[in-house]
Amino acid sequence: MKPPKPQLQNTMTWPQRFLIIAVLAWFGLLILGPAVALARRAFAPGVGAVFKALTDPDAIEALLLTAKITVVVTISNTIFGIAMAIVLVRQRFWGRRIVDGLLDLPFAVSPVIAGLMLIILYGPKSTIGSRLESFGFPIVYHLPGMILAGMFVTLPLVVRSVAPILEEIGSDQEDVASTLGADWWTTFHRITLPTIRWGVAYGAALVVARSLGEFGALLVVSGNIIGRTQTATLYVHDQIESFEPHGAYVMSIVLATVSFCILVGLETIQNSVRRREYAAEAKEDGQGPIRQMRRH
Amino acid sequence: MSSTVDQRRTSIYGKLLRWGCLLYLGVVLIFPLSGVVLRAVSAGPSRIWSEVTNPFAWHAIMLSLSTAIVMVLISVFTGTATAWVLARYEFPGKGLVNALVDLPFAVPTIVTGLMLVAMFGPTSTLGVVLSGFGTPVIYEQSGIVLALLFVCFPFVVRSVQPVLENLDPAEEESAATMGASRWTIFRRVTLPALFPSIVSGAGLSFSRALGEFGSVVMVAGNRPMSTKTAPLYVYGEVEGFNMEGALAVSLVLLTCSLVSLIAVSKWAERQG
Repeated sequence: MKPPKPQLQNTMTWPQRFLIIAVLAWFGLLILGPAVALARRAFAPGVGAVFKALTDPDAIEALLLTAKITVVVTISNTIFGIAMAIVLVRQRFWGRRIVDGLLDLPFAVSPVIAGLMLIILYGPKSTIGSRLESFGFPIVYHLPGMILAGMFVTLPLVVRSVAPILEEIGSDQEDVASTLGADWWTTFHRITLPTIRWGVAYGAALVVARSLGEFGALLVVSGNIIGRTQTATLYVHDQIESFEPHGAYVMSIVLATVSFCILVGLETIQNSVRRREYAAEAKEDGQGPIRQMRRH
Repeated sequence: MSSTVDQRRTSIYGKLLRWGCLLYLGVVLIFPLSGVVLRAVSAGPSRIWSEVTNPFAWHAIMLSLSTAIVMVLISVFTGTATAWVLARYEFPGKGLVNALVDLPFAVPTIVTGLMLVAMFGPTSTLGVVLSGFGTPVIYEQSGIVLALLFVCFPFVVRSVQPVLENLDPAEEESAATMGASRWTIFRRVTLPALFPSIVSGAGLSFSRALGEFGSVVMVAGNRPMSTKTAPLYVYGEVEGFNMEGALAVSLVLLTCSLVSLIAVSKWAERQG
């Protein structure tokens, strides 16, 4: 904790103190309190019970399925996100603005509606779905449908964290590289990728968090078959429905801990980017980075 | 891809990359979207209309809209106050609060719902007290508002905070030298500068709240004509294989959500 600034503390009036206390109270009641209440419920029956709930075969199965979906969705949407950002920023083509606008649609769509969209197009009763099923490749109520649902809800995340960086750095360095005879792959992994890597990491972390916690879309497309299409979030729901809340509490603590770690990771990424920017700025000003930071 | 030296002509690799991206976008997003639109068109407007005006569906839509509006009205105040306190004052625990503001975005929504039930539910101390006063929260409509408040907490804070931090103090200072009271300075100088960011945070919250599912499932109790919101209704209809009913309510939700987002961004554009 930084030492409080004395002049601020001295001039703080009672209404200001009241405002701070009110905000802290609201934050505690709405955000911190519920988090603590959940942890207390999970650990109330003792560590042995927590361990037992964690080693329940259905719980392990569900965590493994969540991990599988998250890995596939993250890899595939990260590759897509980088490519799509490059296409949107570096190319001009008919319909570019439409594509740009459509990309944000998953932010506006309820996860349940996302699931509904996938069922209507790829469900066993649809033309495409029944055709694929007869080829032995069913989608909805099976793993591919759940992966598709994860891809849908996390589609814009990497694009939106990479595109602004690409726009800001411009294409000068890439142009120089290709003028010097570098092929597109060399230019990409020696020039473009190093400059966007923090953006990619940030976007990918968001994808991981979002697909770990996705519930609505998965509930609709999974059919929720225990041991086959039950993810960690669906397990939580199922345990509550079958009046076994302790399993749900423990699984929720696992999910909340992982998402908290991702949050800390994101914070670290942001800080390191900010530090680099300070350093770059300082170099331009001919001042040391430390002095710069103090000025801010 | 990389050799986009001139913007007019894209290399063959660039074109391949573009078509690859569009194909991926098609499979994941555009084809499912068109599928929904086609299905709605083939069902016909009268069928869709009768599904929307079915009293259960209508109540669900109205409940979603009204809980979202109540949440936004509260969130605008608490969010601005939180951003203000974080940007202007030093106090113990500030770093922690600042880092945890984004927690609702990171925590899975179903976990959010469970957290709220653990804190305010009928088996908790606070829940018993609330029921004692005759105002139980969980499994009631106020529980839905509570869940939406949690889920949308970061929107207003994170859109107001940076504006507040980059605000030029000169205007407020000159107002103070001219003898304006703190309240007048806030109302006449600071608030107008913050207003666009407050509205944009409110718009994002509203759109997000309309579609919220995971946390509401846990806290709402899912009673038709009472605590069943539109996303819960859509889920129920999908489970009952009434795709047209699900589709109709989805279209209404989607329209409301898009209209609010577009209206806010157009308004913000006009404000400069």
